Amino acid sequence: MTDTKEAALFVTCLIDLMRPEVGMASARLIERAGFTVVVPRQGCCGQPNYNAGDRKGAQVLARAAIAALEPYETIVVPSGSCGGMMVRHYPTLFDAADPWASRAKAVASRVLELTQFLARHPPSAGAPGLAGKIAYHDSCSSLRDLGVHDEPRALLRSMTKAEDVPFAENETCCGFGGLFCVKYPDVADRIAADKCAAIIASGADSVVSADLGCLLNIGGRLARMGSPIKAVHIAEALAGDA
Amino acid sequence: MTTLDFKGRAAKALHDPQLTGALARAKGHFALGRAAAKARTPDFEMLRDRATAIRRRSIALMPDLLERFEARATAAGATVHWAADAADARAIATGICKAHGATRAIKSKSMATEEIELNAHLLSHGITPVETDLGEYIIQLRGETPSHIIAPAVHLTKDQVAETFRAAHTDLDPARDISERQALVKEARVKLREAFLAADVGITGANILVAETGTIVLVSNEGNIDLTASAPRLHIAIAGIEKVVESWDDAGIVLRVLARSATGQDMSSYVTVLTGPAQGDEVGPRTSHIILLDNGRSTLAAGNKAEMLACIRCGACLNHCPVYTAVGGHAYGGPYSGPMGAVLTPAIDGLTKDTANLPNASSFCGRCEAVCPVRIPLPMLLRHWREDAYAAGLPTRGERWGLGIWRALSTRPWAYRLTQWSAARGLRFVSWWQGGRIKRLPFAGRGFTATRDIAPPAAKSFQAQWRGRR
Repeated sequence: MTDTKEAALFVTCLIDLMRPEVGMASARLIERAGFTVVVPRQGCCGQPNYNAGDRKGAQVLARAAIAALEPYETIVVPSGSCGGMMVRHYPTLFDAADPWASRAKAVASRVLELTQFLARHPPSAGAPGLAGKIAYHDSCSSLRDLGVHDEPRALLRSMTKAEDVPFAENETCCGFGGLFCVKYPDVADRIAADKCAAIIASGADSVVSADLGCLLNIGGRLARMGSPIKAVHIAEALAGDA
Repeated sequence: MTTLDFKGRAAKALHDPQLTGALARAKGHFALGRAAAKARTPDFEMLRDRATAIRRRSIALMPDLLERFEARATAAGATVHWAADAADARAIATGICKAHGATRAIKSKSMATEEIELNAHLLSHGITPVETDLGEYIIQLRGETPSHIIAPAVHLTKDQVAETFRAAHTDLDPARDISERQALVKEARVKLREAFLAADVGITGANILVAETGTIVLVSNEGNIDLTASAPRLHIAIAGIEKVVESWDDAGIVLRVLARSATGQDMSSYVTVLTGPAQGDEVGPRTSHIILLDNGRSTLAAGNKAEMLACIRCGACLNHCPVYTAVGGHAYGGPYSGPMGAVLTPAIDGLTKDTANLPNASSFCGRCEAVCPVRIPLPMLLRHWREDAYAAGLPTRGERWGLGIWRALSTRPWAYRLTQWSAARGLRFVSWWQGGRIKRLPFAGRGFTATRDIAPPAAKSFQAQWRGRR
């Protein structure tokens, strides 16, 4: 049975639309870890509705995701944010009496954020990963919802020649926050400006993170500032096609 | 005080360079202080666990503990009053002052008195309050409200303080040098000494109410609370009902996490302990009154945000909040700011379109919960407010429709596919039009692209590419 290890890849709607390359890089890494990648038909995990206070809407979206993912033993999400939604919030999203509550918990227990998965199942050697100086940005949900801190750094050390450079206040939010940066753009921009200033001061060539939302935010702002620093998803940094 | 809503107040704050500078300095100072205190306290996480358990139990037993507190405090000679709301508490406080003919009040820093807007009320009843905490004294002279629960004047620079003192202390030599911090402190001390000696009544808050002995515990770093509570013949303490704990063992744990989380000290410089009025030849007030303030707290205790009552007002959630450190406390429009203020203000002022901004203006980064000494799940409580606001129809129609449409599209595979396909087309066109990057989007994308250039999406979504690969 070890030959038929399967992993379902839930790429998140943001990657699906904005950076499909991240999904492809994730799939290659999972395959290099000895798994067959399955991509069930998927939409949104429900986080935008959940964070906006629309719990009922979030339940509708979560039910669709749960139904799509529950056949699989291993579920990989290349995002701490959507992964955090599933792992940390699905278990309490439904009332205890709701039959979906136990299904939600079952799925939640099988979800791994990409770097958590790769730390447990190291990929075989492949193309050399990203090189140069990198500033690693922990997304808030990776760090605090999922407790991921060492995994991406260890993977970068073992799979790439990149040098991880420290930067100030690296545990602070970048100001993305999903709909937060849409509803409160002035506040979000100040937070992003501080984050970009810290990254620029670090002397890094690229900023790497496990969440595309943070990367669009930080990378987009760096680009507007005329900075050459690239924003790279950890999947691309590790798979060696960034 | 102001007609701006949260967004307007935040925008104003973001464009105030003095405020921005003051906030940037304070942010580093407090966060580093807490981190250092945590690093030299090997059992800090265990202390937090114990403090959490203590505060949760105190809230669960609150009615019983308060009755015990009342009985013990009364036995020690204090008079305990129960105030259902702010108006009640104000009326009780002025009533006590009038009964004793008190017209000159000194006050220590108290968020409860800010919450009930006591100073304006005292003034309208002929009682002149003088704030004796340095930060509070400064903002009182400026006619401002505190912008931080433990550092009320954190929004000001020392130059602004010097300017304020020159304007207020007109009896002093105009040529004096008050450019340095020490000179400012000295000048305030001289001025405050006069107020301490002249006062008829001292008004304080309370950090902890110890039920087993009916004792009030207060912490400070300036020693002003000791004087405020003991120099005048009359003492009034105003405390939120949630401040109660059962025992001295409990109080000890709370004190240990409080100072470390607040200022990074192992213990505050002063801990003032008051059990009833002074007896015999003891130093202290001859009459002691304690006003227990509800003002929405019982309602909070009964709902899904009861954990908020565990708050010990250390300010760590403010100091580590990216939103608070960007906009400062005044943007929150109430005495409490930062994550704890965003939970408390809608409970005190009611949930309105404006107060609903407070729980919504968070990226849910979770750092507040990570540093809270009593592990209050602040993001979850903010989320509960968002759910209440959503149920009350407070979000804009655009937001509600957008979420409804997203839900409908995302759960129908063909519709989701069509959405992603047309979004990619649209964004690629915009990017081509704008020279290779998405630089301006209308509607919901406007704010995000105001300061960002986004690389365009690929022509085919991941799912489309994956289907093609097989």
